[in-house]
Amino acid sequence: MSEQTDINKPFEPVIIGFTCNWCSYRAADMAGTARMKYSPNIRLIRLMCSGRLDPTFVLKAFAGGADGVMITGCHPGDCHYVEQNYKALRRFIILKKTLQQFGIEAGRIKLLWASAAEGAFFTEEVNKFVEQVRALGPLQWPTSGGGLEKMFAVPEHMLVKEVTV
Amino acid sequence: MKEYVYFPGCSLEKIAISYHLSAVETTQKLGIKLTELEDWNCCGATAYFHVDELLAYTLTARNLAMAEKIGSEIVAPCSACYKNMYFTNVHLNEDPDLAEHINEALQEDNLSFSGKMVVKHLIEVFSNDVSSEEIKSKVIYPLSGLRVATYYGCQILRPKKDHEDVEQPHYFEDLMSAIGATPVDFPLKLTCCGGSLLISSRPAAYSMIHNLLYDAQRAQADVIATACPLCQVNLECYQQQVNQEFGTHFAIPVVYFTQLIGLSMGIPPKKLGFGKEFLSPKKAIDAIKNIKSQEEVITQ
Amino acid sequence: MTEKIGVYVCHCGTNIAGIVDVEDVAKWAAEKLQRRGVVIARDYKFMCSSLGQELIEKDIKELGLTRVVVAACSPHLHEKTFRNACKNAGLNPYLCELVSIREQVSWVHTDKVVATEKSKAIVSGGVERVIWHEPLEPLRVPIHPATLVVGGGIAGIQAALEIADAGYHVYMVEREPSIGGHMAQFDKTFPTLDCSACILTPKMVDVGNHPNITLLTWAEVTNVDGYVGNFQATIRQKARCVNTELCTGCGICWEKCPKKVIDDVFEAGLGKRKAIYTPFPQAVPRYPVLDKANCTYFLKGTCKACEKFCPTGAIDFTQQDEFLQIDVGQIILATGWDLFDVRRMPQYGYGRLANVFTSLEFERLSNASGPTGGKIVLRDGVTPPASVAIVHCVGSRDKNYNPYCSSICCMQSLKFAHLVHERTGAEVYNCYIDIRTPSKGYEEFYQRLLEEGTHFIRGKVAEVTNAYRTPEEEGKLIVQVEDTLIGKQRRIPVDMVILSAGLEPRHDAKEVGRLFGISCSADGWYIERHPKLDPVATMTDGVYIAGVVQGPKDIPASVAQGAAAAARALGKIQQKEVAMEPIRATINEDKCSGCRMCNTLCPFNAILFHEDKMVSEVNPALCQGCGTCVAACPAGAISGTGFSNEQILAQLDGLLLLNIKRLEEIPA
Repeated sequence: MSEQTDINKPFEPVIIGFTCNWCSYRAADMAGTARMKYSPNIRLIRLMCSGRLDPTFVLKAFAGGADGVMITGCHPGDCHYVEQNYKALRRFIILKKTLQQFGIEAGRIKLLWASAAEGAFFTEEVNKFVEQVRALGPLQWPTSGGGLEKMFAVPEHMLVKEVTV
Repeated sequence: MKEYVYFPGCSLEKIAISYHLSAVETTQKLGIKLTELEDWNCCGATAYFHVDELLAYTLTARNLAMAEKIGSEIVAPCSACYKNMYFTNVHLNEDPDLAEHINEALQEDNLSFSGKMVVKHLIEVFSNDVSSEEIKSKVIYPLSGLRVATYYGCQILRPKKDHEDVEQPHYFEDLMSAIGATPVDFPLKLTCCGGSLLISSRPAAYSMIHNLLYDAQRAQADVIATACPLCQVNLECYQQQVNQEFGTHFAIPVVYFTQLIGLSMGIPPKKLGFGKEFLSPKKAIDAIKNIKSQEEVITQ
Repeated sequence: MTEKIGVYVCHCGTNIAGIVDVEDVAKWAAEKLQRRGVVIARDYKFMCSSLGQELIEKDIKELGLTRVVVAACSPHLHEKTFRNACKNAGLNPYLCELVSIREQVSWVHTDKVVATEKSKAIVSGGVERVIWHEPLEPLRVPIHPATLVVGGGIAGIQAALEIADAGYHVYMVEREPSIGGHMAQFDKTFPTLDCSACILTPKMVDVGNHPNITLLTWAEVTNVDGYVGNFQATIRQKARCVNTELCTGCGICWEKCPKKVIDDVFEAGLGKRKAIYTPFPQAVPRYPVLDKANCTYFLKGTCKACEKFCPTGAIDFTQQDEFLQIDVGQIILATGWDLFDVRRMPQYGYGRLANVFTSLEFERLSNASGPTGGKIVLRDGVTPPASVAIVHCVGSRDKNYNPYCSSICCMQSLKFAHLVHERTGAEVYNCYIDIRTPSKGYEEFYQRLLEEGTHFIRGKVAEVTNAYRTPEEEGKLIVQVEDTLIGKQRRIPVDMVILSAGLEPRHDAKEVGRLFGISCSADGWYIERHPKLDPVATMTDGVYIAGVVQGPKDIPASVAQGAAAAARALGKIQQKEVAMEPIRATINEDKCSGCRMCNTLCPFNAILFHEDKMVSEVNPALCQGCGTCVAACPAGAISGTGFSNEQILAQLDGLLLLNIKRLEEIPA
């Protein structure tokens, strides 16, 4: 859950960003190379393609404590795998509706198309989104009680491997 | 029956009265209803927007707000009025904060600007809203042999709107062809007439008018047809001064396109405001065989 | 199962260490993630250096590391470096994960405390993820030794000759009846003023005669299947209506053909050709082509003069388009460019004012085998101009049309100026924005033109008009331009205006790109793998680009790229097989319910359906690893190596520090 221990400190949302290896991840790289600055609230996960995005990832992110999720990919027509970003788009539309039914505001999830050359655009959009989520406040997703634990428990075979030293 | 809110603009009251008369007559003939906007105010012309932008927008918004109460499309014969209203509409639609601010002032008059008005130039009514077949059907005296230089002027096409052709438009020429006249090749048809420079920098304006008249003469035009009162005044009323300045001998009549359309439709010339010009188009018009057979001839 | 994880946090000099407290991150990893398997966590100045890599190798050998996490720059830069280091030490390279704390943290954030905390989260994510990595072997596929070169211009010709000379087979497919491309249209080439045809035709003849090149002109590629090393291309050989086995190229058919047609391809609309024709005298191959759309026989059923006069009976009106299938290992795209359509700038009067010419039209005028026999004359075909204006940057460097610079137009405009001086002695005015003459001999060429008395006017031409204002201007084309160096408007009356129009991608570049699985940038040029370091490769393995398709460039650069693409292809051919990234999807048969949702999702048609077993299967050679099917499978039957659900969910856990939280709840 995002920290809100001190009322005087501004709420810092935690955002998870899914980027596609070919376009949007490279856009983030480009933003880095050009030393453009954006809010540190976002943490990126690299996928090969936005089409890889399983909606479960988004749900897990919210359940795990993220206040917002950003999904990024190549511009329609430019997908490295031809058309898989259209599939991501389809999923996103339904996902947004579903999330709203769960009580998760539409403003907490965002879909962004960014090409490898659009470092500046990527930066701007990240900053905008962070502020957007900040305005919505922490997600307050209950993680215990009422059987919720079981509902969102990680299935046995996917349990984080416990390692004993 | 097509209906428009009619915004004559200040110049059509006096100096361009012939434009007003011919506009009303020709639209009537085509079954178009023009309802003059009551209590309309000046559009701000060219100068006001450079003096006080906020007040200028408010001024124009007032006209648009009043027009919204009585219609959905407003038509202006003058290019400057047209341009001001069109772009105020666009600008306020793009800047809702400014629109809200202006609406606060308009509220004092129980008015509200919503941005839904469609603004058109009078020539658009003839070239877009009415089919050329309809125009041709009303032509009784095709103006065959009349060589017309179709002078668009600049404010009718600039700033550029949507995807209109701002380099080689031809709707004005097509309109003249529909009434039987011969539009000539007039490359300077989109070049500025000098506008208000006549007041602030006269030699510059004379030079611009000279170029236009030279081009019209080169094209052997009998008349120049305009769609804007300021263009008409600049081109016609100062020909003598231009001649003095440049040693030329221009004597090209400058008329409004609605006057020509009216002539072709058989409307008596007096009703079209003929007879008020500096340079009489009588010679050119008389040369058109068809019109000569009319009983009422232009007298001046 | 226990994993032994090594974490390495790079300083990258001060690039990372300047903002992120790297020592703290390493210490934190060693402490907090110890129970997750981290046995060692180091920080070092430059992990990518040989010393840095040795650190990793030593730890693998001495500590028996089973996983490695490096926190440094972007994986796009050094993933391979660290994978190699692991390989050298005997650890499967895919058990290494590189997470970015430079491009994603130190370079984009300013708050040091926050940046350090974020780096810790990123390292945590990397550690959780790497636990789920599996040892993978790259897929080795054999490379078919033949290569397909699409486009017979100078770049394609160079590429084809290099590969063919090396002893391997090349298929060259060219859409026009002859190879040669735009270079065949030019008269002279800058800066040497070599005759274009003289330097090009020997290469064209080489291609035509080469035992290792199968030349297919008047043909187009219609479909491409497969993957690097193993492409199947379908080519439509359009009907020439000439039997190439019998044709000797004698030319009697087009001599006798009565139907003349305006040639708007090769002659740029200035000259005519016949309905049956070869585009120019040195065409390779020499076989003519029948233009069915303009042939009297096809239109009215009469004539057949060509058939009557052909001494070998090679004319065949019944010939149909044929489809061929070829197998190749690699593809080079060198399809060239189209000229900017100057009609989009009506203020320059092209089409309306007779004596306004485009650059290609002027090339044909000045070409000795062109429609005027090399005489530079006005549209009347007779009068030489006494004054010529050359307009630079038409449609280029212009935010209303193309923002980029077309690279060759300045040199081309100077060349035109020279030719006009030489052949007509006319006054020449070059209206330019900047003079761009960067390559060898180019600046000297510009100096030469200055000495020849060319008038240079620095200003973008506003308009070309015939509306004269004085008797002196009457009958001339007036070029209205602001001479910015003297700060004055000028009206220059000239007889002829040449528009140096810009280079644009082919009108169907996007569709053609899709055929081959590559994409275009916003300007329409094909996207290279890296604009600085890898200009001829594309993101699609096995498909290369060469010449202006990659961006405007002159002939030497196109030739260099053609040779570079050929060298790449040859390198792979000689290795006989290529290693492909093992990021693939696999379907667990037991879980597959045969719903076939995945079948239609795959853009590479890599998923087959077995009717007998009612399950789907992924062809690992065709699969490109995008993972869309993995996400879509309702039964969760598809897993993706390299980006499996477990790996991503684990990374998510780590990024949100849930792993730490859980550990804190469990007593040590």
